[in-house]
Amino acid sequence: MKYYTYFPGCSCSSEGGARAYGGSMRAIAKVLGLELKELDDWSCCGSTPSGSVDELGAFCLAARDLALAEKTGLDMVTPCSACYVIFNRTNSYLKQYPRLKAKVDEALAAGDLKYDGLIKVRHALDIITTDIGYDAIRAKVTKPLAGLKVAPYYGCQVVRPGFGFDHPENPQSLDKLIASLGGEPTRFPLKTHCCGGSLIISEEALALDLTRKLLESATSNGAECLVTVCPLCQTNLDAYQNRVNQKFKTSYKLPVLFFTQLMGIAFGIGEKELGIKNSIVSAEKVLLKYR
Amino acid sequence: MVTETGNKGFIDEVGALPGGEGIKICIQCGTCTASCPNADRMEHTPSELIAMARAGMKQEVLSSNAMWYCLSCYMCTVRCPRGVKFTDLMHALEYLSIREGLVHAKTLTPTMYRLFNHYCSMGNLSELWFMLRFYLQTNPLRSWRMIPVAFNMLRRHRISIKSRKLTRAGSRQLKAILDKAESPGGAE
Repeated sequence: MKYYTYFPGCSCSSEGGARAYGGSMRAIAKVLGLELKELDDWSCCGSTPSGSVDELGAFCLAARDLALAEKTGLDMVTPCSACYVIFNRTNSYLKQYPRLKAKVDEALAAGDLKYDGLIKVRHALDIITTDIGYDAIRAKVTKPLAGLKVAPYYGCQVVRPGFGFDHPENPQSLDKLIASLGGEPTRFPLKTHCCGGSLIISEEALALDLTRKLLESATSNGAECLVTVCPLCQTNLDAYQNRVNQKFKTSYKLPVLFFTQLMGIAFGIGEKELGIKNSIVSAEKVLLKYR
Repeated sequence: MVTETGNKGFIDEVGALPGGEGIKICIQCGTCTASCPNADRMEHTPSELIAMARAGMKQEVLSSNAMWYCLSCYMCTVRCPRGVKFTDLMHALEYLSIREGLVHAKTLTPTMYRLFNHYCSMGNLSELWFMLRFYLQTNPLRSWRMIPVAFNMLRRHRISIKSRKLTRAGSRQLKAILDKAESPGGAE
């Protein structure tokens, strides 16, 4: 058994839009012997927008969660790439800027908390590929994804600005993970390019254009489905795929799964538990032969 | 292009913000601009923005749409040969732009960010109310166009309606921390 503090973040919590990611994460954790203890009374990490509106408030929001996690002493793992960047950025800023740290400390003290900067925050992809490893994953596969062509989409924030475990522009961990499930990671030149992020809300045309490029890159290299490691990437590629088709007169029908869902399929976990039906572009046809 | 009215203190003002110090070490090679997926939509490219800030063009920089097109993809940050954390610098400029009341009128991103922050600071985000309020506030007509997307998302349980609540003690604690952070001084 490996023990971690678990931070689902708003999206991957049981009420969130990416509840299938959180659910499938828990399901594969059981198989892999990961004990995920959800952080008590966590709040939103602030994500990217908060820091631009209220810089100090945003650091305090994230620091509260970190201070709560520090009480457990365990590494904190999150499946969300945005939470991952925000917490790591907060950690490095608190180390780098003593004046900022003093102010955050003062604010935390108003809530009877203190934070010594000792919590390591890691992405789910990191602990699964580093702490568990490909051989242990392969050993748990009961339904190999033989021949399934999967586009490995990392997006931005799991590998950049670079808090860790894989190359910022040409990462391999997700590729290798797909291979260890018996699938075939396709060539995907845009695998770390941006999906448009939250600008899908405020600047839709711009974000749809970026999403279209990803769909084009994936399908033209033969992908039957795409896997992501981020709730927002999944939303843009899946829920807005039809908007892309309308705007650019295209006909993409590429299922977009969380990597934990794909692992769950290969481990023989039921589709219901994995939330396969939560996808808007149906993945059921592509996955049919592996059930 | 240094203007007579250039604000010489601006470079120090930006440099003093956490993440803003990179403004002083940029060598204007343009790698950031070449790496940015949105540079072509910005009124001023990323490297231009630094040059302008160094020339003291505070008004022009802070009222530009450039930083609001930053996707936080961090491509510029990992490629910069001088180690400028450009994405963080963009965030610092966004923060100053809001603080100084100079936000670009035609981009909706600042409104979206403000609303997002409003919900975050209560502890948790209801995705549905956040989106709905944003569309109604900025362009009610667009909310009609979004109905098919929203319908599919709701049908597939892909959007949170109720936000997850903190415990009462947790909410009180969070409010105490954020109230304290709001007291004079800011993060500089």
